[in-house]
Amino acid sequence: MAQPFTLAHIGYMLDGLLWTVILSALAFALGGVAAFGVMLLRISRFRAVRLGAFVVVQIIQGIPLLVILFAVYFGLGIFGIQVPPLAAAGIAMMIYSAAFLAEIWRGCVEAVPRTQFEAAECLALTRWEALTKVILPQALRLATPPTVGFMVQVVKSTSLASVVGFVELTRAAQIINNSTFQPFLVFGIAGALYFAVCWPLSAWSRVLERKLHVGRH
Amino acid sequence: MKYKFDFGALVEYWPQLLDGALVTLEMTAISTVSGLAFGTLVAIGRRSHNRALSRLCGAYVETVRNTPFLIQLFFIYFGLASAGLRLPVFVAAVIAMVFNVAAYTAEIVRAGMDATPRGQLEAADSLGMSTPQIYWHIVLRPALERVYPALTAQYILMMLATSVTSQISVEELTGIANNVQSNTFRSFETFIVVAVIYLVLTLILKLAFWLLGLALFTRRRRLGTSL
Repeated sequence: MAQPFTLAHIGYMLDGLLWTVILSALAFALGGVAAFGVMLLRISRFRAVRLGAFVVVQIIQGIPLLVILFAVYFGLGIFGIQVPPLAAAGIAMMIYSAAFLAEIWRGCVEAVPRTQFEAAECLALTRWEALTKVILPQALRLATPPTVGFMVQVVKSTSLASVVGFVELTRAAQIINNSTFQPFLVFGIAGALYFAVCWPLSAWSRVLERKLHVGRH
Repeated sequence: MKYKFDFGALVEYWPQLLDGALVTLEMTAISTVSGLAFGTLVAIGRRSHNRALSRLCGAYVETVRNTPFLIQLFFIYFGLASAGLRLPVFVAAVIAMVFNVAAYTAEIVRAGMDATPRGQLEAADSLGMSTPQIYWHIVLRPALERVYPALTAQYILMMLATSVTSQISVEELTGIANNVQSNTFRSFETFIVVAVIYLVLTLILKLAFWLLGLALFTRRRRLGTSL
């Protein structure tokens, strides 16, 4: 019969929360590096490169993360490698966050006034120098609020890793619910734990956004 | 690489996959319409001068936006079942989706409403329009036109999120894909095909929303200016 819900269950969920945070950090770090590369392709001088990167991003954004996750999980499996769920989830989340972050960052780079590019060119800076010394420092300021906002999205999406058997917070809650059968309590606590991670990030993103607009009004 | 791709094994499951895609579209249509209606009401409540109502709507929006959809789905489906209310999975999934997407809608629509120029409100007031008239003609309709691109992007993301409902065994596209791959042992091929179907659904929705935008917002079509 159903077990009573005890403190040990909460400890198990906190363990799951730790893995949620680890997976989120991994996905965000890997995705960020990949997104930077994709963003560079998106603003390339060559039309074909820009177009190619655009199509790839549109494709990834048009497929559910869950399907990407299954495709990576089973796709790596056919090489005969038994993929640990953490690796499958990490790679899938990397692909997903790279597509979205690249678009966010491209928007920020293009929001830097055109005259800044032109001034950099007049000073005989190379394209790379202009980008790293003039454009990116300004784009970084614009990019921080939406990037922090996207981190919330990443944390929430890690819940999908539960379907390939990775024991993060959602999977931990499912396992506990299977033995105690108190869904309101178990998923309520899990939701509260997600909220405890995500809400400070959302609030931080809003504060950054407000600071950014102070100078303009 | 020794692996041989075999998409042939999937041919006989094609009708099932198409049925799944239809279920996905059906869920998306229901949640878009209900989510827009419910979300707009929440946005109005959020802007209300009644502090308790405004706080309540704010708390709802923040709760939904800071917790994963999967947890919300389990909470509603298993929770209601434990309380003695056994809903069909399809109904539970649609309830969870409306509950989820309405919060995002509320936030987007509220941003559109807040962007109403003060002068227009004062003009409407001095013309003797009643509060409901002002809300409908001056605040809500231009707000919806202003945020239409953001709203449709959100509904397309929601269509992709229907895949998550396969976890409570709704027979939508991803749910069907899971059955197919366990029958054929062609997991990778199945999910490639399903990914392509989702991509097509995304393109269809984008086109449909674009055409709907042209039909709904005649002012923009005639004048070519944005609000």
